[in-house]
Amino acid sequence: MQNEVRQFVIDNFLFGQSDRQLDDSDSFLESGIIDSTGVLELIAFIETKYQVSIADDELVPANLDSIERVSAFIERKLQAKAGVPQ
Amino acid sequence: MTVSGTFSQAVLDLDLAAETSRIAQTIRDQVTRTMKRRGIVLGLSGGIDSTVCAALAVRALGKDRVIGLFMPESDSSPDSLELGRQVSDWLGIRSYVENITPMLEGAGCYRRRDEAIRSVVPEYGPGYKSKVVLPAATQGTYNISSIVVESPNGVQQRKRLPLDAYLGIVAATNFKQRVRKMMEYYYADRFNYAVLGTPNRLEYDQGFFVKNGDGAADFKPIAHLYKTQVYKLAEYLGAPEEIRRRPPTTDTYSLAQSQEEFYFALPYHQLDLCLFGHNHGVSAHAVAESLNLRLEDVEFVYQDIRTKRSTTHYLHERPLLVEPIDLTF
Repeated sequence: MQNEVRQFVIDNFLFGQSDRQLDDSDSFLESGIIDSTGVLELIAFIETKYQVSIADDELVPANLDSIERVSAFIERKLQAKAGVPQ
Repeated sequence: MTVSGTFSQAVLDLDLAAETSRIAQTIRDQVTRTMKRRGIVLGLSGGIDSTVCAALAVRALGKDRVIGLFMPESDSSPDSLELGRQVSDWLGIRSYVENITPMLEGAGCYRRRDEAIRSVVPEYGPGYKSKVVLPAATQGTYNISSIVVESPNGVQQRKRLPLDAYLGIVAATNFKQRVRKMMEYYYADRFNYAVLGTPNRLEYDQGFFVKNGDGAADFKPIAHLYKTQVYKLAEYLGAPEEIRRRPPTTDTYSLAQSQEEFYFALPYHQLDLCLFGHNHGVSAHAVAESLNLRLEDVEFVYQDIRTKRSTTHYLHERPLLVEPIDLTF
């Protein structure tokens, strides 16, 4: 999961330049990697690839502002979709 | 510079007479000496910024060298034309009405926009109205736009915009600002005049304009003034009261839309002070106390100011070159 998210970020926001140092915990906003249009791209990636639907109140940096946060968020969404108790 | 003592609205006080003559002198120099143009063209929206700019243009060059353009289209509020006429009557300047609806239809502005809206609201069609809105910026969520659609029988629904629909609506709607600018440059060429751009400091600093649309101009005489100062200048210059009392609007979408809904985190009088505080090293705590806002809200606005600056920086850039080119003469 973390690798899939990392690959999406590298392909889509860093134009494949994987030499740029990007830790899994780096803030997308603070590092300037993703702006508000970029967040829309990230949402489209998550909703399309993992077939989950993100509610408005889930669109917060706590869920989406780093590779590890995004990965954990997707895991939670998939578990909720599969009916696993949170 | 840092601001000491109690932080308050007073930091935006201006010597209005001195500022008026400083701007008028600058406009005179820029238009007649730097650009060697014979007058000034500007669009009149009936809003406070274009009204103050028109009055300053008249102070600079006299009423016979200023042209005001009214450029309504089918989504414009009828108030805009009526208030715009009040401005041209008040100042005694020449004015022209150019309805830009046929040009926008020709460019496919409405068709492309409506197709993008229908990808989210399939029933959207004739008789419907719409606007794009943001969440209140102090909610701590991302600035993700939603569309509000009102059916012909008055039922409203709001839907978050996915990437494609958002880009489609914005790209189509931006035709409006770009067509208006094209018309302003027609008049500028026709009379050998310069085009005045009307952004205030909030709009200029925070990138609230369309590149090569309302962002294009030969000079921008109030880009250094906070919106609060523009209102003070309007009163000093004697602008019609109805214009000074009207809440700021974008007048771009068919449903009435405030600037806060579309772009800014707070009403202008609060945002002005946040921006001033941010620019002058005033702590978020002092600004929060002065505005009676929560500390975390002001901290969020400070961050939002920096984010908007960063994401809109490219709007201010000239076309980028591979190497500098010497243009001395």
